[in-house]
Amino acid sequence: MKTKDVPQDESILEGNRRACYAEDENGRYVIVPSKGWEVEKIVNAQAQAAIRHAVEEARQLVLEGKASPLKYHMAQYQMTVGLLAATTGLWRWQVLRHLRPNIFARLKQETLKRYAEAFGIDVETLCKVPRQIQTNNPNQAQ
Amino acid sequence: MQSPPADTNQQSKPGTIMAYPLSKNIMGKSFIHRHAAHCESGAISALLRDRGLDLSEPLIFGIGSGIFFMYMPFIKMGGIPLTAYRAAPGAIIKNVCKRLGIAIHSMRFRNPEKGMTELDHLLEQGISVGLQTSVFWLPYFPRDMRFQFNAHNLVAFGKEGGKEGDNYLLSDPVFEHTVSCPADDLRRARFAKGTFAPKGLLYYPTYIPASPDIKGAVIKGIRHTCHRMLGVPLPFLGIRGIRYLAKEMERWPLKLKPEQALTYVGSVIRMQEEIGTGGAGFRFMYTAFLQEAADILKLPVLTEASKMMSEAGDRWREFAVKGAQLCKGRETSKNIYNELAGIIRDCADREERIFRLISKAIG
Repeated sequence: MKTKDVPQDESILEGNRRACYAEDENGRYVIVPSKGWEVEKIVNAQAQAAIRHAVEEARQLVLEGKASPLKYHMAQYQMTVGLLAATTGLWRWQVLRHLRPNIFARLKQETLKRYAEAFGIDVETLCKVPRQIQTNNPNQAQ
Repeated sequence: MQSPPADTNQQSKPGTIMAYPLSKNIMGKSFIHRHAAHCESGAISALLRDRGLDLSEPLIFGIGSGIFFMYMPFIKMGGIPLTAYRAAPGAIIKNVCKRLGIAIHSMRFRNPEKGMTELDHLLEQGISVGLQTSVFWLPYFPRDMRFQFNAHNLVAFGKEGGKEGDNYLLSDPVFEHTVSCPADDLRRARFAKGTFAPKGLLYYPTYIPASPDIKGAVIKGIRHTCHRMLGVPLPFLGIRGIRYLAKEMERWPLKLKPEQALTYVGSVIRMQEEIGTGGAGFRFMYTAFLQEAADILKLPVLTEASKMMSEAGDRWREFAVKGAQLCKGRETSKNIYNELAGIIRDCADREERIFRLISKAIG
């Protein structure tokens, strides 16, 4: 790839540039900063859409009373049961149980704090889900 | 993110220092940040440069045998088969240190507080420290790139406002400039759990030979890479892995739901382009390495190989473009999966020729 062919498309980098290697006029491969590439934008959007879909699905389940808010936050923070268990120091089966709304409602403040800490949010936020569809991922909400 | 005004479209040669303002560590010593394509080769290259051994990122990448290919459909991450264009996390650092005779001290921690205290302690002595982190918790990462991935590498070299500061000064190799990061976020990133959990891993060189045997290290790096690309008798590694991916890709539209097949194609492209690779799944960075290696070893055949690698990289990019069109729904021809597999097979053929050529030349 020649340096002039390094894509400079508006992409997911939010004004940052990534280092690409390309051939300069002397035939040497050098670093060329790139604003982004449409290709990476397309495949990134695909991955983000999958996350958003999971988040929305979880949010609906919580609102219908079929799952605890934990399910929603897990999707938001791209965590599996295993990862959340490891992060909180609880057992997997405990996390699985806490996904049930009636059991989640009876949790001690202490346990709620552990979950909140794992997501980096406060207990109040942990115990609810937004009424509106959220289009962003949690990092921005922080 | 603290970025000094970006120079427009600046190009820098690997091995030259970019014209960005220097940043100072706690002892007042300057840390030179240089933009890199890949976090691991960038981080170790920065640590060595900080201690006086200035080797370019591609050279480090080549000596560390960073280039690779594997396709393992039985290992799924988030339900998607594992594809990698690179060696396992940590391999580059390990190989580079072994081959250049560098001693590196590394520590992991069970207790996050201890891990942060140790980092402070080292920074106060003016030691720049390599860290393994998750990317999800690093606030300076673009929002859409924050995935639960734990094998990121960066260098901490100081604290904003000196010893008592609460924000760490980081040289994240894949960013153009140095960044600052709140202590709490850095702690989360260093102690994230899950696959490749960093467990607070920190590392710094303790001994660097005055005149390391670069020639010997380059030869060892190339030889190791050739062996891994050509000589491992498993169908999912190296050139065989590339062909395996091609074969499987032809079957995706037959055995998967259309949606899922698209996700699979997208994930291969993401591994190739979105995660810092320098373009074409590290193939362009390896081209740069082969050029440098040709000069170091005075072997013109490596220049020939670098040209071939550059062309192979262009083919990989072609695959990415076509695949992305498919993912976007702009490509609806029935034959598209076969076409994609055809390009990948061509990449495999090209890379096989390249590594056979190099292997013969190096012996």
